[in-house]
Parts: sequence; C-alpha cells; structure tokens
Amino acid sequence: MSSLTAEAVAPHRSPRKRAQRRRLAQYVVLAAVAVVAAIGINWREVAHVFFDLHLAGRTITEGLGQALWHTIAFTIGGFVLGLVAATALALMRLSDVAVYRWIATAYVEFFRGLPTLVVFIALALLPLAFNGLIIPFSPYGTVWVALGIVGSAYMAETIRAGIQAVPRGQAEAARSLGMSSGTAMRKIILPQAFRIMIPPLTNELIMLIKDSSLVFAIGLSVSDFELTTFGKGMANNEANITPLVIAGLAYLVITLPLSFLVRKMEAR
Amino acid sequence: MTATPTTTEAIMEHNGEQPPTIVEIEGLHKSYGDHHVLRGVDFQVTRGEVVCVIGPSGSGKSTFLRCINLLETPQAGSIRVRGTELNDPDCDIDTARRHVGMVFQQFNLFPHCSVLENCTIAQQTVLKRSKQEARAIALANLERVGLADKVSYRPAQLSGGQQQRVAIARALSMEPALMLFDEPTSALDPELVGEVLTVMRGLAEDGMTMIVVTHEMAFAKEVADRVIFMDGGVIVEQGEPASVIGNPRQDRTREFLRRVLDPTHV
Repeated sequence: MSSLTAEAVAPHRSPRKRAQRRRLAQYVVLAAVAVVAAIGINWREVAHVFFDLHLAGRTITEGLGQALWHTIAFTIGGFVLGLVAATALALMRLSDVAVYRWIATAYVEFFRGLPTLVVFIALALLPLAFNGLIIPFSPYGTVWVALGIVGSAYMAETIRAGIQAVPRGQAEAARSLGMSSGTAMRKIILPQAFRIMIPPLTNELIMLIKDSSLVFAIGLSVSDFELTTFGKGMANNEANITPLVIAGLAYLVITLPLSFLVRKMEAR
Repeated sequence: MTATPTTTEAIMEHNGEQPPTIVEIEGLHKSYGDHHVLRGVDFQVTRGEVVCVIGPSGSGKSTFLRCINLLETPQAGSIRVRGTELNDPDCDIDTARRHVGMVFQQFNLFPHCSVLENCTIAQQTVLKRSKQEARAIALANLERVGLADKVSYRPAQLSGGQQQRVAIARALSMEPALMLFDEPTSALDPELVGEVLTVMRGLAEDGMTMIVVTHEMAFAKEVADRVIFMDGGVIVEQGEPASVIGNPRQDRTREFLRRVLDPTHV
C-alpha cells in the first residue's frame, strides 16, 4: 500500500536518483555545520593560545628535533624488543607444554590489562626492588624495556593469531620433508605469518609511538624528553598551548610516512 | 648400496631373490576420540612396487597413508620403514621422514618461496647440501616434471597441475626411498589431471616405490602392481589391478566400483 502511494507521489524517480538526492542533503548539512562553527569560533583567541606563530618557531628551533629523535629511538627499540619477546610468548602460548602456556597467558593478561602508566611507574621502582640493578644504555635501556613489556603483551596475541592463520598443510609439508618443528616454524610458518601480521603490527607500532609519551613516568632528565613531555614542559613555561600542538603534529611526521610505507609493503 | 634401486633390483631378480621390503605395517589402529578410523591394518610394500589404495571417502585410506610418515600418530600397531620402527617414542621421526616423500591433495607448496626454493629449502636445511648442489638436484627434478622453465615463478602464478608437479619435484629432491601420494589429482580441474598422472607414470616406470591413494581407476588399473580396497578402516580386498578392479570378489568392492565407474547409475 505504502509503495503504491510513494509511486503516486513520485512516479518516475528511480532508486539511484533518490540516493543522489539524499547524498546532496547530507553535503548541505555538513557544509552548514562547518560554516556555523567557523563563524562561532573566536579565531584571534584560538590563534593566540593554540598557534602562536612566534612561539611555534621557537618550539621548532629549541629542541623539537631532539624530542622527535627521542620518540623515534624510544619506540623503535621498544618495538624490536617487544617483537622478539612477543614471538617467544606466542610460541609459548602454542606450546604443548602446559606450564609455558600458563606463563605466557598470565603475562599477556597481566600486562595487557594494566594501564601503561602504572607499568612504567612500577618499572621506575625496579632498581629499589633489586639492589644495584642497572639497565644498560641509560636512559634508553629502561625505556626500551618498559615499552617492550607493554608492546609484547599486545603483539603476542597478534603473532599467535598470525601463526594460526597459516594453513596446517604448510607445517605438514615442511615436516614431511624432514624439517624439525623449529626449522619448519622459522623457515616456513613465521615468514608467512608475519606477512599476515603486517597490518595489525603496524597498528601496534603506532600505539607504541603514542605510549612512548608516558615514559616520563620512569623519570627522565630534561635532555631525554620525548615529544609530548617536551611540548608539555614548554607549554607550561610559556603559559601557551602552542608547543604542545606543534609536538602533537610532529607525531604525524612519524605516523603518516609509516602508514604509507606499510600500504606499499602490503600491495607488494 | 652405490647402485641405483632399479639396477640392484634387476640383479636380485636375476639371482632369484625377493626385492627387500620397504614398508611393513602390522595391526595399525587409529581413532579420533570415539571415531575408530583404522581397525587393524596389515600391509607390506617391497622396493619398486606401485600400490594404489582405493575406497569410499571416510574409509580411512588417507589416514592410513598419513600414518606411514607419522603425520598421524596411531594408537596401536607397528610401522617399519626400511627396518626402522616409527611408532616408538625413541624414533627420530625427522630423520625417518627424509626417506619418505609426500605429495598432498592441496599441493601445500610454500607460497613465499619460488619454485626453485620450494625444491631446495629442505635439501639445504635438512640434508645440509650446499646451495649449488641443492640447486642442481632441484633443477634436474624440475626438468623431470617438465617445469625447468618455471624456476623463478611463485606457486600462485602456476596452474594446479603445474603446482602439483612442483610438489612432486620438491619431494623427489630429497631422494626418497618411497613416495606417498594422497589423492594427488582430486583438487585439480579435469583437464589438468593428465599431466600429473603422466609424471607419476614416469616415476613408476623408473622404479620408484609408490603408495597412491587415488580415485583414478584407469590409472590404478594401468600403473599399479597391486590395488588395495579399503572400507571401514580395514583392507577388504587386495591383489593385481585386473582382479580387484576388473573382477572383485567382495561385495563391498563391487558396490564401490559400480558407484565410481558409473556415477549416474542409481
């Protein structure tokens, strides 16, 4: 009955025409929202507090490069360490030995469940617990271990899923050729698993980049600050948010080329 | 043992000796939970023999084949390959498997390796052959299956028939004493079956010991020295292909062959 009425009102309108009109209406609403927002914003105040050009210039010349380098160095080290630990954890979770499975499961659930900040604060207390414990490459070593612990808990699950996504026949073919289970894993399963894991591992790398902003909790000297801590410190000193905004944008300098690179790798 | 198997066999036949037994299986039982798949299988293969295993799906023939290189661990029974007992916790299964080549229904080529690497990787990691030696042996076997011009291709760039021929070359590159084929043509488009069977026929003529689980009755009839009919987890009937396929004695065999050879007949 209702379809009959609709046809009576608009007898010659095709479904595609109707979809086009609906799309047009959405664009109009979107544009209206943008215009109202643009009119409503106090541009002068925003520009002054969030994007003071003079202060932005000073942020860039007075330490942004070094902070950017620290963010990159912290993250890469943490990611590499985390990836190695995560591979070991994933193999433990898939092990025939029940004790290995329990240890790996407990580790993953514990460190994945805790807030990263809490893990970092706890890690800062580690030298208290173990008298005379020195983690080498200070301060990098401590930061790498901290990010590695958190990163590995997340990545272990990704790697386990990747290994399980490789068809069973691959392991059978490798074993039927006389390869040991270890050789089959290294030469046949893992190379295919890592291919499957590239997109989710990229996600975790980007999350780790952002988690690196929490390493101040371990206790770093000013000269070792990464982007966020550096930006926040300068913003406090100048009573202006601009340095933090610049530091935030600097993260995109890392993540955008990374996303681009991974998309290329996936297409290959 | 420096002579090739065919030559040794020829000499032995000349002397009136029996060729040696390569596989000896006694009282093989395998179950998955409550499902009893193999219910006591006894079986021998002598060197140079081609055995085709036929039977309805679910009869246990694939499971039986996979037990021979311990891809399935049986609950009971003895599996001796060239005198080595495999169903024994002390057995070094990796070493034992080197002498047994396996070809799978789904090919199971390594997709991240080229055709050549598929045939060299186990030679280098397992047999510790040098890169050059492994390459030479792989090339010779790829030549044998007619794919020497595809060495740098990836498996995904090949047809199913070509992939299965690479899988055969990969197994041959380990110079096995025995080849197992698990329905090697069942995943192929009909027009690609012939090229794989031709390669297998060539292997049989060269004296390779082969156990072939297959639905290709014409191939079994022509190439096999012995045909085994399995049903319900046991060997129901075995003998020369002309008698098992041509003139079966058991009702179950007759019933199966009637359905296979004339699928439209109800």
